[in-house]
Amino acid sequence: MQDKLVIGGKEFNSRFILGSGKFSLKFMQSVIDNAEVEMVTVALRRANIGGENNILDYIPKNITLLPNTSGARTAEEAVRIARLAREIGCGDFVKLEIIGDSKYLLPNNSETIKATEILANEGFIVMPYMYPDLYVARDLQLAGASAVMPLAAPIGTNKGLRTKDFIKILVDEIDLPIIVDAGIGKPSEACEAMEMGVSAIMANTAIATAGNVDMMAASFKNAIIAGRMAFLAKTGRVLENKAEASSPLTGFLED
Amino acid sequence: MKNCDTDIMQYLDGMQVTSHEILDKVENLYNNFDYNTFTKADVKNALSKDVLSISDYAALLSPAADEFLEQMAIRAKQETFKHFGNSVGLYTPLYIANYCENHCVYCGFNCMNKIHRAVLSEQEIDDELKAIANQGFKEILLLTGESRKKSSVEYIGKAITIAKKYFATIGIEIYPLNSDEYAYLNKLGADYVSVYQETYNRQKYAEQHLIGSKRVFPYRFNAQERALQGGMRGVCFGALLGLDDWRKDAFAVGCHAYLLQKKYPHAEISFSCPRMRPFINNSENNPKDVHERQLLQVILAYRIFMPFASINISTREQQSFRDGVVGMACNKISAGSKTGVGGHNGNEKGDEQFDISDPRDLVQINQMLESKGLQPVYTDSQYLI
Repeated sequence: MQDKLVIGGKEFNSRFILGSGKFSLKFMQSVIDNAEVEMVTVALRRANIGGENNILDYIPKNITLLPNTSGARTAEEAVRIARLAREIGCGDFVKLEIIGDSKYLLPNNSETIKATEILANEGFIVMPYMYPDLYVARDLQLAGASAVMPLAAPIGTNKGLRTKDFIKILVDEIDLPIIVDAGIGKPSEACEAMEMGVSAIMANTAIATAGNVDMMAASFKNAIIAGRMAFLAKTGRVLENKAEASSPLTGFLED
Repeated sequence: MKNCDTDIMQYLDGMQVTSHEILDKVENLYNNFDYNTFTKADVKNALSKDVLSISDYAALLSPAADEFLEQMAIRAKQETFKHFGNSVGLYTPLYIANYCENHCVYCGFNCMNKIHRAVLSEQEIDDELKAIANQGFKEILLLTGESRKKSSVEYIGKAITIAKKYFATIGIEIYPLNSDEYAYLNKLGADYVSVYQETYNRQKYAEQHLIGSKRVFPYRFNAQERALQGGMRGVCFGALLGLDDWRKDAFAVGCHAYLLQKKYPHAEISFSCPRMRPFINNSENNPKDVHERQLLQVILAYRIFMPFASINISTREQQSFRDGVVGMACNKISAGSKTGVGGHNGNEKGDEQFDISDPRDLVQINQMLESKGLQPVYTDSQYLI
């Protein structure tokens, strides 16, 4: 079955994007292997090029780097971080994160739209992290985003799909890959999101804080595959809010 | 110079006067904080909440919370993991000068003490910083004594300019400045400012800070706000626990940080937890002494109240305590610390402010972190060209 995730013209078999900021670098390879991910996010501010514990040294060359702009508080800072990431060889992908609140770490949607436009015009493949808002998603699409990455719950909380209904609206209305980023705490929640039709899942804390990170990475991989298959298979009659009658209700019509 | 009979609320010439809005709120909370009114039920209730109120925070600092220390540690560890994973930031301090114009009764650097004073030359700063960078550090904390004459803002600016050649993150722990001076140092490359109020008890503050600009209580209190107004990314808070009633001072520290972050949501908040060590023989006589158990209660309360804040663990504490709290509640640790002037490149030029209790160097701290399953992080910020 050909079911590729396509972002910015690049195809991926995996629909699982791994965040890298919260577990030991020495486990990176085995987590990547167990998760079978093809894309890993990297905080540029953690890149210690030529120095100790440089995160870039731990990511295999066949993995697509998704540098993020964490630390950026404004569009201008994010743009500068993205340019720096490209300069040091991280490629054209960028996960745009603009956060001006140190307590809740919620993304600033309006700054994100501004930065998306600038970076898309410079040829970046922009994947903005956003609060799931339909108007914003439309603006991001118009600004040239290659995907949108709505949060499921506040970052790091492992609370699951708290914004489910709003993400579903994006799935239904936005013609871009919708990648759930932040808040997913369990594989079952990743599965649920995939089943609903999102294109991919990004996770970090849920894996990093697990008792066995390798096993949890594999579990997420399987859950995401299961959810995707359920979506493609089209769920049957037992639906939450759109039950189908076993006999047509309009079957009495004759002429 | 300011003398001990002057009003500590009276600003000196040249000091920027800013709003007392947060000061008034913190003092109001401080004055009304009666920790003996909190019960076990209050502590349990606080620990059951996702997001704690100021009142919940107060409960965690109360005597009633003492028997919940283990539960607090469990919750703190969860919060630390949620926000920082197993990452632990590494840095080292460099004292570039120890001249001081203040007379703080408790401090080894105070202007009345006949100690060996020194100020590093630019070349010496460069040599020190290069030696530190060669060990692998990417984050530096530059410190001075509190003397504008001997370690001027321009001099500190030069040190920052030199530091920028070697480090990704520069913090400063110097005397409080006006916001335009913070802006000047921020443009040169400093992003983080530490200022400790020592005690939030005005009366005690007046008794302990007899001479010098540090005697002006509100100017020091508002330093973090002026730093943020000057464009600094982050500010660090602390009280010298044990100088006065540690529960009340720790409560005020948390309220100060909480209210400032509420006013400046982008501000990166951090805490340091210096304490005055109790005399061992006197330990049972003073309920306000800060032993490791009390210090831990404070650190855990900081973490649970403001889980997103960075918490540093000082080399004033011994190895066993530092190893115990790092990764559990503290997410940042210094290594290879020297508290004299210079000393990273061979000779120390000036006497030490205090004795350190954990002399381990970067390699040893790195090994300790890895043995605990923690990830040493050398850089967590990046200069933008």
